[in-house]
Amino acid sequence: MMKAIWMEIQCEFLSRLRTPRYSIPVLSFPLMFYLFFGVILQNGKLGGVTPAVYVMCTMASMGVMFAPLTGLGAGIAAERGLGWMEVKRASPMPPIGWFLAKFCGGMAFSAIVIAALFLMAATLGGVRMPAAQWATLGGALMAGAVPFCVLGFVLGYLVTASAAPAVINLVAMPMAFFSGIWVPVQFLPHFVRSIAGFLPEYHVAEMSETLAGATGHGSVMSHAQALIGLTIVFVAAARIVWRRDEGRVHAG
Amino acid sequence: MVIAELRNVTKRFGPVTALAGVDLEIARGQLLALLGPNGAGKTTAVRLLLGLSTPDSGAARVFGREPRERAARMRIGAMLQVGRVPETLRVSEHIRLFSSYYAKPLPFEETVALAGLEGIERRLFGKLSGGQQQRVLFALAVCGNPDILVLDEPTAGLDVDSRRALWRHIRAFVARGGSVLLTTHYLEEADALADRIVVLNHGRIAAAGTSSEVRQRAAARKIRCITALEEPEIAAMAERVSVRRDGLFTEIVATDSDGMVRRLLARDPDARDLEITSAGLEEAFLAITEAKS
Repeated sequence: MMKAIWMEIQCEFLSRLRTPRYSIPVLSFPLMFYLFFGVILQNGKLGGVTPAVYVMCTMASMGVMFAPLTGLGAGIAAERGLGWMEVKRASPMPPIGWFLAKFCGGMAFSAIVIAALFLMAATLGGVRMPAAQWATLGGALMAGAVPFCVLGFVLGYLVTASAAPAVINLVAMPMAFFSGIWVPVQFLPHFVRSIAGFLPEYHVAEMSETLAGATGHGSVMSHAQALIGLTIVFVAAARIVWRRDEGRVHAG
Repeated sequence: MVIAELRNVTKRFGPVTALAGVDLEIARGQLLALLGPNGAGKTTAVRLLLGLSTPDSGAARVFGREPRERAARMRIGAMLQVGRVPETLRVSEHIRLFSSYYAKPLPFEETVALAGLEGIERRLFGKLSGGQQQRVLFALAVCGNPDILVLDEPTAGLDVDSRRALWRHIRAFVARGGSVLLTTHYLEEADALADRIVVLNHGRIAAAGTSSEVRQRAAARKIRCITALEEPEIAAMAERVSVRRDGLFTEIVATDSDGMVRRLLARDPDARDLEITSAGLEEAFLAITEAKS
């Protein structure tokens, strides 16, 4: 059993490493936006901190949303659509190993985005923080990737392989907007702010900004609680789609 | 001893009845071929036996268990019709991963030998030919040292050489004492491999027999003519004959078509518009079933 889990994780990573064309766009977009809005447009203050710090947080929040949604969502939809998942389910594969492999893949992908952004911020952006603060911020962002891993799983089970990239963008782009990634929440209409509270991305962004020293809305603890609550909701949804899929078949 | 079975299974997909009250038994050491055209219900039967779907009524059992139980799956190896397999893993990685799912897998080298993959273990799946890819899928089915293999159209789309190569590996598995359920729409394939053939059509079992019965029946011919003789009279003229009326014409399916024609003309010298063609598979099987009832 342990061996199966370990093998599954290994194969997931090998497979990812050998197809960088799927990973590189997801990785490069937050970095590119950081370069534009965090490094080149170094004017004024946002939430009491420099754009170099603020945009680092928003782009990292976006990274931990897109990396798992794309990695798990599109990946799972593809495996299912091609019938490969059927072969695995017909075998005595322990589902836990498969879940863990997908989860670790999504988390590792998120870690790479965060690390790359931090590196860019510390060098090009000139961001200076105590080591402990970097670590806390990084940890919080990683934790923020968890609900998106679960959500990616749900999406992977709801949509077809061909529709997955489009659907993921349709979910993630508006979520980024309503969460204040493109424009800080205080500049958005009031009704948007009431929606934001239900979006994991909003809580990840606010939590990271607060931890980086910006004046955010709500405490770190309140955001953490909201993220835990949303994760539980997503896990429940994931159980439903996984069970439902077990009974689904094609005539032939 | 029956190790896998469908008991009076019915499965519907909306208005389509994929299987209607089907009974199927696979005995230890047996190679059973499920033969039928596309849409006959073969894949549905396979999926039920693998626990990938559940019957609307009736039951699927493997070693007396629900097929979806892990203990049942430990003893089954499956080869399904897959659109695509992750292409970025090597043959060896695929095999080691699937081997890790089983409690007592075969040694890696043995799996490789059983599926004829020597020399291509290091290749990426995406770089293999169609025949090699099917053999990798076969390897994934046998790597866990299962007692029964379930193969859904394993040779679909393969050229003659690749097909024969896979047949060799399937036979080798049976020679080791394994049982196999195989679906196919090639009579030739069922004949080459199976001890027992079950013909499925429109979700029902149209016929079942040993492969020698099938071989014999596959040689059956259809005689079409206009004759004054009544059906029962014709049916009584030889063993294993089926007769049916088609308007003015009478259609007779018989193994010994030459003898049948002689007898027919002896009884009814006025029989005319005589036409002899080789009977289709279904018709050949009809002759078997009608002889038995």
